[in-house]
Amino acid sequence: MNPSANLPPRQATVNDALSRILTFKINDRDVSARDGETILSVASRYNIKIPTLCHLDGLSPYGGCRICVVELKQSGKLVPACITCPQEGAEILTHSQRVVESRKKILELIFSERNHVCAVCVSNGHCELQQLATDLGLTHIHYAYRYPHLAVDASHHRFVLDPNRCVLCLRCVRVCAEIEGAHTWDVMGRGISSQIIADLNQPWGSSPTCTSCGKCVQVCPTGALSEKGKSVAEMVKNQEFLPYLQEMRDKKHY
Amino acid sequence: MNKVRIATTWLDGCSGCHMSFLDIDQRLADLADKIEIVYSPLVDALKIPDGIDVTFVEGAVSSEDDVRKVRLLRERSKLLIALGDCAVTGNVSAMRNSFGVQEVLDRVYNEETAGEKVMPTVGVPRLKTHACPVHSYVNVDAFLPGCPPPSDAIYYLISELLEGRIPDMVGKSRFGA
Repeated sequence: MNPSANLPPRQATVNDALSRILTFKINDRDVSARDGETILSVASRYNIKIPTLCHLDGLSPYGGCRICVVELKQSGKLVPACITCPQEGAEILTHSQRVVESRKKILELIFSERNHVCAVCVSNGHCELQQLATDLGLTHIHYAYRYPHLAVDASHHRFVLDPNRCVLCLRCVRVCAEIEGAHTWDVMGRGISSQIIADLNQPWGSSPTCTSCGKCVQVCPTGALSEKGKSVAEMVKNQEFLPYLQEMRDKKHY
Repeated sequence: MNKVRIATTWLDGCSGCHMSFLDIDQRLADLADKIEIVYSPLVDALKIPDGIDVTFVEGAVSSEDDVRKVRLLRERSKLLIALGDCAVTGNVSAMRNSFGVQEVLDRVYNEETAGEKVMPTVGVPRLKTHACPVHSYVNVDAFLPGCPPPSDAIYYLISELLEGRIPDMVGKSRFGA
């Protein structure tokens, strides 16, 4: 797959002097944006915090997790803020009761899909999924857990893939294809049975394309990708390289 | 003033949540004036009594005996609280669920046993197919996640309950804390 196909450009066209200026409302506040900017990007500029999971600045937008849904007041529709561009005169609600409830349901479904056991996870205390549960006020999961049987891949000499903790945000797929240029990771299957695979669904350690750069590990929001040798709560991710790399490339420093 | 009748139990758990409850330390002395622990692994009572005000359940519901206990406690309690990650999410206790009971028993009692390989069948409750959160069997009035929940959060919860409020526990603890 090509995650960047048919999607808005990686960076909003804020510097494009020719682009149209739109005015609309977020939470009854007048805001303005350049044509082509996403709701998430505009909100962030106005310090309106919309929770996200699959989104990561520096990677192409994907719109897969739906945690960032916002409500369009006029049509009553819920749309993902990270891949939706506002229309002139739109009225957007980022924290209506419906939005908040939807986000919680989506998050609960994500928890119910795999085997997330925070207490024994390498990312305990440093996990974006766990933090979202706290931020959205989740105390328990209403849905029945699925308990899928998923094998851990520890064949790589430096890293481990534990699909039990994967939320299918595809940050690893995107960073590998778009930033590292290796495209080792991809997705197998459909819907709830989708899985991250290395190359042609082979052990990660046997991948001829993987450069062992570790970018996928650092951008992974959970403990699904981690460094070998890390114990419970020891895996702290470093994502600062991403905006740095992007800036260096955009400015053609190398 | 009548003391508030409290019950606690641990099902499929490690007792860590009860340890965290004891970590309330000297504040337990203040609580002792207001509560009576009528059933708990921490006291002598063998039978689940009638007329419980609040029951704290630690651990996942994992065996037929757990199901019987949790249903009886629910029936006899005004409020039932899921205490800790195993009770709230299944947590570590539920890690066996994706393997199936037989495979787990084989691993423990056959493959990993050096001496005599005996599968216990008498005097032990039969395991359910899945170890499940408490709310998948009975109605739960409040959830306190954490592995274990911090003793401050437990103390806050009990204090609020004694004031007649079911508190909002958001921000007081988290999964895996």
